[in-house]
Amino acid sequence: MPTTISSGLSRTLRLRHGELYLTAEIVEGLMKALQLIFSGDPTVIEITVRSILVSGSATLLSVLWGIPIATVLGLKQFPGRFLLKGFFNAMLGVPTVFLGLVLYMFLSKASPLGFLHILYTPAAMIIGQAVLITPITVSFVTNAIESVDPEIKDLAKTLGASETEASLAVLRESLNGVVLATTASFNRAIAELGVALMVGGNIAGFTSLLTTTIALETSKGEIALGIALAIILLLIVSAVSITINLIQRRRT
Amino acid sequence: MKALIELEDISKVYEDITALKQVNLQIHECEVFNLLGPNGSGKTTLLRIIAGIEKPTSGEMRFKGSRVENDNLNDVRLKTTMVFQKTLLFNISVYKNIAYGLRLRERSKKETDQKIREVLKTVKLEGYEKRPAKKLSGGEQQRVALARALALDTEVLLLDEPTANIDPKNVSIIEDALSWVNREKKTTMIIATHNLFQTITLANRAALLLEGSVVKVGSPQEIFTLPPKLLESYMRLENVFSGVSKITGEGTSLVDIGDGVRIETAFEKGGNITVFVRPEDIIVSANPIVSSARNSFEGQIVEISDLGAVVRLRVRVKTGRDFIVQITKRSFNDMQLNIDSKVFFVFKASSVQAL
Repeated sequence: MPTTISSGLSRTLRLRHGELYLTAEIVEGLMKALQLIFSGDPTVIEITVRSILVSGSATLLSVLWGIPIATVLGLKQFPGRFLLKGFFNAMLGVPTVFLGLVLYMFLSKASPLGFLHILYTPAAMIIGQAVLITPITVSFVTNAIESVDPEIKDLAKTLGASETEASLAVLRESLNGVVLATTASFNRAIAELGVALMVGGNIAGFTSLLTTTIALETSKGEIALGIALAIILLLIVSAVSITINLIQRRRT
Repeated sequence: MKALIELEDISKVYEDITALKQVNLQIHECEVFNLLGPNGSGKTTLLRIIAGIEKPTSGEMRFKGSRVENDNLNDVRLKTTMVFQKTLLFNISVYKNIAYGLRLRERSKKETDQKIREVLKTVKLEGYEKRPAKKLSGGEQQRVALARALALDTEVLLLDEPTANIDPKNVSIIEDALSWVNREKKTTMIIATHNLFQTITLANRAALLLEGSVVKVGSPQEIFTLPPKLLESYMRLENVFSGVSKITGEGTSLVDIGDGVRIETAFEKGGNITVFVRPEDIIVSANPIVSSARNSFEGQIVEISDLGAVVRLRVRVKTGRDFIVQITKRSFNDMQLNIDSKVFFVFKASSVQAL
């Protein structure tokens, strides 16, 4: 009996110790993280800038091809429209690692697009993220366009607009939805891990992003850098949302 | 008169509904043409085809003699514009709403600014440029929509019941603007309406539409020779009374509309006559009214229709002699009126018009 008690006690003590240790580590990590952010650590800056550039470019790409697709889906009646809309809706929740795997298979040396030699480059990550967020852009913008009064297009035409100009007028009416779609797309891109890891490879100084670095550093036990980058990631996502919100409020 | 728009055998079929059946119409330059007909008679479809936003299933439309086809559709659209029954505005400022069509026509900034000031004055909305268009009241929004159409100085102005859903004050501003445009700018106007007054005061000619077919085309005078029972299916015939008129010798006439109910008019005309009074020209009171108005009656409310900002009452003076009066919702509430309430109402002899 005494042995059991003592072993139980020692386990509890050990656990306590572990918790304390973990708490201390977090506090220490947080302090170091703030230090890293405010001292303008070059690695932190580099990773942040790269993340913004990669996800920004991906968002730009998805908007570039997503808005025309959404305009057609929202304004034109054609066979297969319903299926196509369903496809984009279904793809909203695609697991990032699955998409990363598919892209990896397409971009690796022996595969159809292997000649491009872009696997493990920022270009691969941009394309990957753009593909990932396209369903968000398309679905959100399509919904926004569909919620605009269908007669707005006729109105534009009676004021002298051509078919294309009238479609643009509808798109402008759904601007709030387009802005929301762009924000949501960017936030999803910058916060995703699977695609960036699988086609970017988290090569330090070349393809490491906020999310991939957080994952790697934490697994290595470098919790301070992980926390610093996580704080920055949260700041970026919130700042983008708040800014957009403020702009929209001023507009209406 | 030269034909500006010619419609030949125009038909329009939507899946299983025939909206227009072989419509033949000619609209002359500078005329005000009314389309009269019950809901669903095809007025809107006809306007949409003329506006170039709907294609007829069969038939041909000519604009200034040339057939309207895909190649010249945009050119025709630039010469025509339309004000919709349901107010349609872009969710931007009043200025930008009006500037939209001017920008498509590549007008300079200076010209645009000047034009916008001018049309806002026409619809009595001076200084409204910077307001968000969708935050205005319903009547003001429709006035912006009209201003936006007027700014383009198109040869043809199409109006689909432009005053159907708005209150009397806004209606009269729009009516004034329309008659001004017709007088000063000589714009050809095609107006779908239910409003008798607009037909009488504005139109040169009118067409009666029923179930997608044109039943009759003619001047308002010709249209009003049709039996009132038939006319009633085409427009809102309110306060239209027929009777025998006697000249009083004091510059007025007294029309006996039956059962001893007599209406005094400000014109001298004897014999059989049909007259009408606009419901909004009648003043209602819960107590007897002493006024200069020559026509004074008392009656009982037999019907109340709530039209939003205004209320229409059907007041029975004698059986079969009902007057429709229109008052604001506020007056209605203040007077605490109800079905069977006794009311007094008056209108001036000059408010009575002969058909």
